[in-house]
Amino acid sequence: MTQKNYATAINEALHLAMQIDESLICYGLGVTDPKAVFGTTEKLETRFGSKRVFDMPTSENAMTGIAIGAALNGIKSVVTHQRVDFFLLAMDQLVNGAAKWHYMFGGQNSVPITIRLIIGRGWGQGPTHSQNLQAWFSHIPGLKVVMPSTPEDAKGLLLSAIFDPNPVIFLEHRWLHNTVGEVPQGDFMIPIGKAKLVKTGIDITLIAMSYMTIEALHAANYLQKKGISCEVIDLRSIKPLDWDMVIESVNKTGRLLVLDSGFTTGSVAGEIIARITIEHFKVLKSAPARLAMPDVPEPTSFALTKGFYITAADIATKVLEMLGKNDQIKVDLSEPIPHDIPGNWFKGPL
Amino acid sequence: MYRIRAVEEAIAHHYPEGKMRCPVHLSIGQESIPAIFALTVNQKDFAVSTHRGHAHYLAKGGNLNAMVAELYGKASGCSKGKGGSMHLIDRNVNFMGTSAIVGNSIPVGVGLALSAELKGTNQISCIFLGDGAIEEGVFYESINFAAVRNLPVLFICENNLYSVYSPLSVRQPKGRSIAKMVEAMGVKTGAGQGSDLINSKKLMEGAFNEVRAGHGPYFLEFSTYRWREHCGHAFDNDIGYRTQEEFLEWQAKDPLLTLEKSLSQADSDSHKQIDEIKLLINSEVKTAINFAEKSPFPLQHEAYENIYAT
Repeated sequence: MTQKNYATAINEALHLAMQIDESLICYGLGVTDPKAVFGTTEKLETRFGSKRVFDMPTSENAMTGIAIGAALNGIKSVVTHQRVDFFLLAMDQLVNGAAKWHYMFGGQNSVPITIRLIIGRGWGQGPTHSQNLQAWFSHIPGLKVVMPSTPEDAKGLLLSAIFDPNPVIFLEHRWLHNTVGEVPQGDFMIPIGKAKLVKTGIDITLIAMSYMTIEALHAANYLQKKGISCEVIDLRSIKPLDWDMVIESVNKTGRLLVLDSGFTTGSVAGEIIARITIEHFKVLKSAPARLAMPDVPEPTSFALTKGFYITAADIATKVLEMLGKNDQIKVDLSEPIPHDIPGNWFKGPL
Repeated sequence: MYRIRAVEEAIAHHYPEGKMRCPVHLSIGQESIPAIFALTVNQKDFAVSTHRGHAHYLAKGGNLNAMVAELYGKASGCSKGKGGSMHLIDRNVNFMGTSAIVGNSIPVGVGLALSAELKGTNQISCIFLGDGAIEEGVFYESINFAAVRNLPVLFICENNLYSVYSPLSVRQPKGRSIAKMVEAMGVKTGAGQGSDLINSKKLMEGAFNEVRAGHGPYFLEFSTYRWREHCGHAFDNDIGYRTQEEFLEWQAKDPLLTLEKSLSQADSDSHKQIDEIKLLINSEVKTAINFAEKSPFPLQHEAYENIYAT
């Protein structure tokens, strides 16, 4: 297999999908500009033409409805927004329209649209360029939500999203675009709704999503050296969520720590903990816990974001606390320097 | 026009029985534009509409029985009881849906136009909207994209002066012409009084011809008036947001009566024909109500189905 970065994997999936489905269209602000949305839409317009690949007016809401209309006449769309925050203007078309069209017209229509939204943190992106709003989308019946963390999953899940007959929110973390990993050639799909067991362990289950999987693995590898065995699950899909894998793992380890890149209150992590606590209380050896962003907007200043993000050090500390070993083992990991970029330890793929 | 009136009157008549357990927004008084639209549109053309969509659904050729059954929440309804009065669809005649959210179906209509253009099918996408939708951001976004891409879209704005109980005077500046404003956005427009049937037909045909010829989007604005309350079956001139005088003024311009009068002026025997047509329509409407009444309800478990397409 070939080593490729996450952005290239997305680009490969888009090329492939447009080649397979000759009516598929791909649009969004900047998809045809020289930066090509961090390289993810490179050469699509030159290869498939400006009828199928096009830049758009700064009209997030209408352009979402336009994808619905096109879908009703059998044309699939991939719509891209450079930040999830911009897409908030389109919540009417997404929530009142795309998500419900199939249901509210008695199952006659399907609305196959893929909406690529970039989430992130750091780099001074501040309150309205860094949000991770997966919980919003996962709250809405009729939507599917995926958050791949590896280049392979990005390609396979994007292909699944495009050919799924439903609206799929594809959330890609800005910190993942340059990560490198093995990506199979050609057409393959990673099923929506299936998590990935990325590390087996026996002491505790760490559930992660998107970029948090990277921090989780870093923490798990660190703890391994200290004799603590973490099981790490990368959710990949937030909705539908692979409850079977989560439940099986918690039944095995008896401990649950959920890592969420979104705000704490009303988070996906909260939902996972609620369900596990309600339905599997007896297997829990200690109170489940979550690490998510604090309930405050992300500040911009380099100084204000120090200690703000969940890092491997926070995760390792929490795990030790949950295992009652925080007195015996002191975490000698620290926040990466600088703290607001993926970090020097981080080479990918995971 | 009479058919729309008869259906809406029948709904209003039966509504207090409490069997249609969903909000209804009737088009009584506003029938002229849908009726003229029905004479002009092709079955292959697309249409989308609003919460006040019964007339547009019928004008596009939507199945009457399925519409009434939908209002009754029956399994035989056009949306299988999942949508109600505000979510009407009939794919057989390319009536692609209505929305309960003001302005919500406008970009969907533009997307249908984009799809027709991409497929080269020479279909027009017709978008019904009201004066309230003119105040929504998505209207400008949609008009703009239709203009930028020269898409085959016909916007048909029925201006009935009120958004629920809020008059135009608190919503749009005095003296504004919606059509002129839209023209400034680079879209050809026409405006007229819905009660002037001859002129409205001329405007409608002209607009269809322009769009069909590939000259891009067109926007039509017609003045009109709903006789009944915003939502429900009753008259509400007594509650204080509009006057009885205003209502009577508009009722005197009843498009249906105007049509009947001009037909009998042209041909004194036309009464006979009109009565025959009315009898046929009345019986069709009665059948539709019976069909809806007798249709079975969907099964309870169906509430949990069709969340996702498979």
